[in-house]
Order: sequence, then C-alpha cells, then structure tokens
Amino acid sequence: MRYAADSLAHLRKHRSAVWISTGAVAFALVLLPFVLSSVGTAWVRITNLAILFAILSLGLNVVVGFAGLLDLGYIAFYGVGAYCYALLASPHFGLHLPFWIILPLGAGLACIFGILLGAPTLKLRGDYLAIVTLGFGEIVRIFLNNLSQPVNITNGPQGVTLIDPFKIDGLVFNRTDTLLGLTFTGPMKYYYLLLLLLIGVMLVNVRLQDSRLGRAWVAIREDELAAQAMGINTRNVKLLAFAMGASFGGIAGGMFSAMQGFISPESFVLTESINVLAMVVLGGMGNVWGVVAGALLLSFVPEVLRYIVAPVQEAVFGRVIIDPEIIRMLLFGLALVLMMLYRPAGLWPSRTRKREFDEALHE
Amino acid sequence: MDIFLQQVVNGLTLGSVYAIVALGYTMVYGIVQLINFAHGEVVMIGAMVALSVIGALAGAFPGVPAAVIVLSGTACAVVVCMAVGYTMERVAYRPLRGAPRLAPLITAIGISIILQHSALLVWSRNPLSFPQIVRNPVVILAGATISAVQIVIILVSVAMMAGLTALVYRTRLGVAMRATSENPTVAGLMGVNINRVIASTFVIGAALAAVAGVMVGTYYGIAHYTMGALLGLKAFSAAVLGGIGNLAGAMLGGILLGIVEALGAGYIGELTDLCRIAWISDGLTARCAVDHHFVLFGSNYQDVFAFLVLIAVLIFRPSGLLGERVGDRA
Repeated sequence: MRYAADSLAHLRKHRSAVWISTGAVAFALVLLPFVLSSVGTAWVRITNLAILFAILSLGLNVVVGFAGLLDLGYIAFYGVGAYCYALLASPHFGLHLPFWIILPLGAGLACIFGILLGAPTLKLRGDYLAIVTLGFGEIVRIFLNNLSQPVNITNGPQGVTLIDPFKIDGLVFNRTDTLLGLTFTGPMKYYYLLLLLLIGVMLVNVRLQDSRLGRAWVAIREDELAAQAMGINTRNVKLLAFAMGASFGGIAGGMFSAMQGFISPESFVLTESINVLAMVVLGGMGNVWGVVAGALLLSFVPEVLRYIVAPVQEAVFGRVIIDPEIIRMLLFGLALVLMMLYRPAGLWPSRTRKREFDEALHE
Repeated sequence: MDIFLQQVVNGLTLGSVYAIVALGYTMVYGIVQLINFAHGEVVMIGAMVALSVIGALAGAFPGVPAAVIVLSGTACAVVVCMAVGYTMERVAYRPLRGAPRLAPLITAIGISIILQHSALLVWSRNPLSFPQIVRNPVVILAGATISAVQIVIILVSVAMMAGLTALVYRTRLGVAMRATSENPTVAGLMGVNINRVIASTFVIGAALAAVAGVMVGTYYGIAHYTMGALLGLKAFSAAVLGGIGNLAGAMLGGILLGIVEALGAGYIGELTDLCRIAWISDGLTARCAVDHHFVLFGSNYQDVFAFLVLIAVLIFRPSGLLGERVGDRA
C-alpha cells in the first residue's frame, strides 16, 4: 500500500515528465512504419504480425495469467475468428459482409466456443484442463481440415483465398494511398489499425486486472476453495475468463484473415498455441506489459535469427547445415525450460505472481 | 460382421500400444502428480532409434536372423529412451518439485519441443519407412485378417503389463513406489530414497515407451518426428479413461480406447451416410439416386474419437472407469 502511495506522489511530482515521455513514445510509434518500410516492407508485415500476436497473448493472458487456467488449445479461438471472417467476406460463399458485422460476429462465435469448451471442463484440475483444451484445439483443426466434404464449408487443407481486406467507406486497407504528400502502403495502414486495437485491448486488460472480476480471478488462481468461501461464484467467473479470452482470440483471428487475405488450417496448429503460451510465460504471466513485451520479443527474435543464422553458417561452413527454423524451435524449447527453472515468474513478472512462485519454491 | 471383427483386432493391437504408453503416464502421475507431457516424444525417439539401428544392422550383417536384429534394435531404443527419461526428470522436473503446477507442465512442453526438433535434426523431416526384414504372414480367422506382427504386439504388451504389475506389487522398488505415491514425505521418513524412486519411475516408463515406439513403428511401417504428440495425447486419454494413477486402469483404458477408435473409424462413414435417411427430403433422394453415398463424416475423423472419449469421461466420470489412485498432496 505504502509503495503505491509513494509512487503516486512520485508520479504527481513528475507529471509533466510522464506526459513528455508518453508523447515521445507515441510519436516514435507513429513514425515507426516509415522507418521500417525504408528498410523493407517485409519488416512492416513482421511488425504487424507481432502486434497481432501481442493481442492474442493478451487474450490468453486473461485465461492463463489472471485466472490461472492453462489453455493449450487457445489457437482454436483464433482459428474460429479467422474462418468466420474468411467465410463471410470472400468469394468462397460469395458473401462480402462489412467488417463491423463480421468482427463482432467472430468474437461472439469464439466466445460461444470458449463457453462450450469451458462449461464441461472447469471442474477439472489444472493439468487435466490443459490436456482437454489441447484436445479441443486438435478437434477444431481436424474439422477445419476435413469440412470440405460432403458440403464444402472450409475448403479443407487448401484454405480460403481472396479474403476481403479491411474497408472503411472508401478507405481500402490493402491499397496504397497518398495523404499530405506521404505514401501509406497497405501494411502501414494495417499497422496503425492494429496498434489502435492493441492499445484498446491493453486498456481493457489493465482495467480488468484491477476490477472486481480481476480480483476474483486472482483469488481463484491463488486458492479456489478460499475464493469460493469468500462468496465468489467460481464457475461463472472462470467461464467469463474463458469467454473473454476466447473473444480476444476471435477478434485477432478476424484481423489476421483480413490482413493476410488467405488462411488455411496450417496457421492454427498446436505449435501456434504453444507459441502464444510461451509469449505469455516468457513475458510474465498476469502482467500486461510483460506479456506484450514477451510477444514482441518472441515475434522479432526468430525473424532476426532467420537473417543471421543462415548467412553465418554459410560463412563458417560454406553451406547451411542446420535449418534456422529448427534452431529457432530448439532455442524456444530451451527458453521455456530455462525460464521455468530460473525465472519462473517471467522476464517482467507481475508482483503477486513473483511472490507466489518464490513462496512455493521456498516452502 | 467381418468388418466388425477386423476392426476389433486392429483396435486390440493399437489399444495394447496405447496401454503400454498410458502406463508410463499413469505411473508418473501417480507418484508426482505431473503429466509428463514429453512422454509421447520418448515413444517417437524409441521408434527412431530402433529404426536406425535395425536398418544399420540389417545392412551390416545380412546373415543374422531377423529376430535377433529386431531385438537388438529394441534394446538400443530402450537404453536410449531410459537415458532420455532420466535426464528429463533430473533436469526439468526434479528442480521444480513443489513449484506451482503450471511450472513443470511448461518445462514439459519445452522438453517435448526440444526432443521433437532434435529428432528432426537427426532423422530429417520426411517420414522414414521401417525396414521390412521380418516376414509378416497373415492368418485369416472368421473373415478377419490377423498378421503375425499384430499377434506379437498383443503378446508382448500382455507380457510387459504382467511384468510391470509384478514389479510394482512384488518387489522392494514396487513397495517404495507405492509408498511414495501415497505420501512422499512419510515415505521419505521411512527410509525410502524418494529421488531414486521417482527417477526409476521415469526410467521404467521410458523403457515401456521405447518398446511401444518399436511396436507402433513396425505396425504402421513408418516413423516420423511428429508421431509422438498425437500418440501421447491418446495414451494420456486412455490413462484418464481407466483412472489416472491406476495401473490396471491404464491397461483397460488403452485397450478400450483402441477398440473404440477402430470401430469408430470403421463405422462412422456408414453411420453418418445421409442416404440412409434419404426419405426426409426430396433433394436428398434425388442426389442419392445419382451418388449412393452422402457421407457427413468419414474415417478421416478417426483422431477425434480419443478426444471425445476423454471429454466424455471427464464430464461423466472424472475419476475414470476403475477409479484414480493419487496420493493427496495438499
């Protein structure tokens, strides 16, 4: 408590400094795509995907970080949102609904899936839940892969192509526009859109964390029995965590569809679920800033590795001996293990979470 | 009828493999309350090592009987897998004993990623075919084709289950294992070396997994670096179906799951053929007159059954068919 009061006083004293630094960061974020596209448009796309994954990790953070329910099939909700957008805005069914109908619809559908998954499984112990969610993720993927027969719904492994881009009136997001003498390419426009969305999702997360609901989640995570005794309706509160996490996933999925213009079941495999989970774990479960940082880190490092590993091998051995992708995954697995052994609460842990881990280890 | 019998035989074969893998899950869970997520990958490593050794031996000593070669390949796989199992426990799980449950589960995921991609590095991305050095005669019994490999798999599984049961209920190590699973602290006070007991549980589970890997590899004739994940998941479902921590449960669960899966794959196409109910609509009748089958779900949904069984068990009977046996660790 005293710490909070101190920091508040500290903040008041330096209010102008806070405003200035916030302004500087905002300015840098606005300029970033111009800098990146001078290096190469590919980097803007990579950044966009990184932001998308940050949104996704924030969604998973609600389930894993706040409520402490390990969900290994989270990518399924992303897939549901993505397919919802793709099927309703592509030549596949000849439907071209506007985004402001489909995105909420996708979020809602993902939410329903979340409840469908949550309702029967929430009584389970944490590790059972992990396996059931994993199985659920696989089921969704198998269906996406096979629902092309006898009635072609998902178009099977080929996926859905020619998905409509984002459109607001005349502003089409995959075209290049010129405004005030500046050229805005498609990926750059998506960058600003995703950035806004990320800020929105972060705000929701931060507010959730301090809300009555957020405290209920933490209470359940720490001790479910005690939480129940304090009058928390644990079933409903856990279901809410699942539903909210899932709807964030659904929105991110819709954005992914619109941005890529093409999706296939390949993008919604178990590895991706684990990838998102690793982002949450690496950054620090339950800490919004940590999770975002973890997502950005895990999105950029592999890309950088890709640019470094192959040339270095060529320089040293004369040819590429080890596929960069394998190195990436090996490092990834190693990072998960080492993190849990040496910094179990994450690189930027939330304070309560850190205490929890420390106590458990010193018992 | 012959489809039925055939699928039951196939299910029994696959089910015995599931049972052997499920035993590994259930033993570890019974003692340390941890889902050894990487157990499926140990099966894969077993299959890969055996494949390489058998291939190399068959090439180097063409005169040696096939059975000897297969046995030595299996032995190598068992040794390698035991080493993997021990290292895994020592490095990734032991330091986290007593940490929140999420922590060892995440290291387990990390370990399985490492194992999978090391295998990818060593054995390449392509499915490798198992060397066909053993003759595989078939018997036709009441319309069902039963191959020698299937019979061997079932017999070996039964023998291993019997051996494991004897180990757990008849030896000192078994007593120590049961004591540790009931209450590790008290077992420790009674002079049981808990660390050694837990490590040997992992090692025994890994040895079983290695044999399972060889069996599944010979059965399908193929091994791939991703084969472990799904197999592990199904075996875990089997363990839960029987009641986790319960050895007899894992065996029963594995065999039941194998049969359910085989029968499901065999009949789902027929059951969801809409032409059987073509009378409900004229459009459907017209379509079925041209094409006699309008199958909603084909046998490519085979993998869904294990998960459906898992979810159903967890909803209706979370402690499994034979009841779970897990010591309380408040």
